[in-house]
Amino acid sequence: MTDVNTQTITINPVTRIEGHAKITIHLDDAGNVADTRFHVVEFRGFEKFCEGRYFAEMPQITARICGICPVSHLLASAKACDAVLGVEIPRPAKLLRELMHMGQLTQSHALSFFHLSAPDLLLGYDSNPALRNVVGLIQQHPDIARKGIRLRKLGQEVIKLTAGRKIHADFPVPGGVNKALTNTERDEMRAGLTEAMQHARFALDLLRRYQQDHQPEVEDFAAFDSNFMGLVQADGALEHYDGRLRFCDNEGRVLEDQIDPANYLAVIGEAAEPWSYLKFPFIKRLGYPDGMYRVGPLARLNVADRIASPQADRELQEWRSQGRSPRRSSFYYHWARLIEIVYALERIEQLLDDPDICSTDILADGKPTNQQGIGVIEAPRGTLIHHYWVDANGRVEKVNLIVATGHNNLAMNRAVQAVARKYVKARQLQEGMLNRVEAAIRCYDPCLSCSTHAIGQMPIVVEVVGADGIVQQTLTRG
Amino acid sequence: MSDKPKIKVATAWLGGCSGCHMSILDIDERIIDLAKLVEFTASPITDLKEIPEVDVGIIEGAVCNDENEHVLRTMRSRCKVLIALGDCALTGNIPALRNSFKLEEVVTRGFVEIESTQIAGVPDTTVVPRLLKRVRPIQEFVKVDAHIPGCPPDADTIWYALTELLAGRMPQWNETNLKYD
Repeated sequence: MTDVNTQTITINPVTRIEGHAKITIHLDDAGNVADTRFHVVEFRGFEKFCEGRYFAEMPQITARICGICPVSHLLASAKACDAVLGVEIPRPAKLLRELMHMGQLTQSHALSFFHLSAPDLLLGYDSNPALRNVVGLIQQHPDIARKGIRLRKLGQEVIKLTAGRKIHADFPVPGGVNKALTNTERDEMRAGLTEAMQHARFALDLLRRYQQDHQPEVEDFAAFDSNFMGLVQADGALEHYDGRLRFCDNEGRVLEDQIDPANYLAVIGEAAEPWSYLKFPFIKRLGYPDGMYRVGPLARLNVADRIASPQADRELQEWRSQGRSPRRSSFYYHWARLIEIVYALERIEQLLDDPDICSTDILADGKPTNQQGIGVIEAPRGTLIHHYWVDANGRVEKVNLIVATGHNNLAMNRAVQAVARKYVKARQLQEGMLNRVEAAIRCYDPCLSCSTHAIGQMPIVVEVVGADGIVQQTLTRG
Repeated sequence: MSDKPKIKVATAWLGGCSGCHMSILDIDERIIDLAKLVEFTASPITDLKEIPEVDVGIIEGAVCNDENEHVLRTMRSRCKVLIALGDCALTGNIPALRNSFKLEEVVTRGFVEIESTQIAGVPDTTVVPRLLKRVRPIQEFVKVDAHIPGCPPDADTIWYALTELLAGRMPQWNETNLKYD
């Protein structure tokens, strides 16, 4: 498996390919880890090539930023378009958009936990990399794999029944949605919820056992101080579709609260670095890079006061009662993600019980009225911002997009650094070390296709750079 | 082992959204059956990034940078049948919208002009891959043996194509098994 020569260690020999992201580890004179960098290495340029399009095309174009969470872009884009029209969409349309969103939260979190991270947790960080994937999981734990596949499927079915299609649905439009929900579709969706909740509970039990068996590694895994950001409801409850921004610091103190997301430019700045195609957002008044903050499931649970559904709220209370809050360890992203699946499933049930859910009042009329539109939602991986400038006829003049994984860019770099310093023995690199560094990134479930409005993958190349700047070793995931 | 040797499959995504790979996962429990017939080697959903010699290579996405081109040529040289999965591989699709602009304009907008960008700077292409001046479909670079159109193709369409290929036949498209969706 391992081919060693004087300069390079290569695991499963590769020709340096498919590395859409990579990690470099810089050493000091004594050979200890001095610095690390997580590079994102692709770029597509949506912010330029959308210029000149008619604004109503934006949901369909920007959905193609990401096939893993296209619903996020559809919704943030549609909300930005609503703002261009200057309309309040009908309540049933809002319910249906949120329903679609909860289906996505379920499928995306299930994918992250079962398909991508469970192989590390159940097969082991040091297990054979050739089998450390969902197919290996199918072979070794077929029952667990099947539950994960089913849970993701049930989430995807909610999207399909609501919006007509699982990926890149043509459904949210400026002013509302273009399809009402039928009674039959509602009942079919409801029929799947019991099974989905069983699988979500199963996953929570699985993770609890892992956490009990692996303390203090879990508590310490890529743990570091940071601020946190997420949308909350007016009363501070967890929110994904609407709401306002709240920032908390590392001690849980509220830094900013109930910020209108349309004012994001007053609060958030971005820095470009020459070594990555992904920019680095920061809290403006704290400066760069001190203004680092985290978003996503961990941040949302750290900033929210409560969850407006009973089972998930009980889970949140347990999260709060066991150990320090806010949580610092990146590992707790997994736990937060599973609690959010419980919330999503309960929220789907609440939405299906709403007397307006099958209403056909789903579209507000309007013409382009405002010259800017800003749409913000909580995507599965964190806050997603779409900002369009249009002319009087609705022609797009400028676009700004800040996506969830972008917000986490500084944090992911810190996570890599924390794990590298703890686990990397620079003079004797091993595959399991590399996988732990990757696992730190995997906690954030980064969607690199979103984040560079490009496409990317898990880091596969680790370069060890000496104090003299010369690459000493290259370890490539084969 | 009396089992028939498994058919080796490798997949890669280039410049695209990964929606076609998600549509592969949308075959749901059928992936368990598929795992009995095929060996997934290099793929974004496995830890194996090195493309070995395989029977079937599947490419999602267009060629946007020099690294995409390298992956594509490597795949072609190591697979017997190369499949273009989805519209980006086939036509360039959405990523090719940037061809209406000069590359410099696209990069400047992204890293210098954007309203939220406080600290500007253009990435150094000795560290990150070099973007091509134009985004191009994969058949401009290599010979493609089969196409599965769609943005993304439906999971049932992908399933039909894969099962035909596993049976040693080329997929034959008609109005019932292909919607060009």
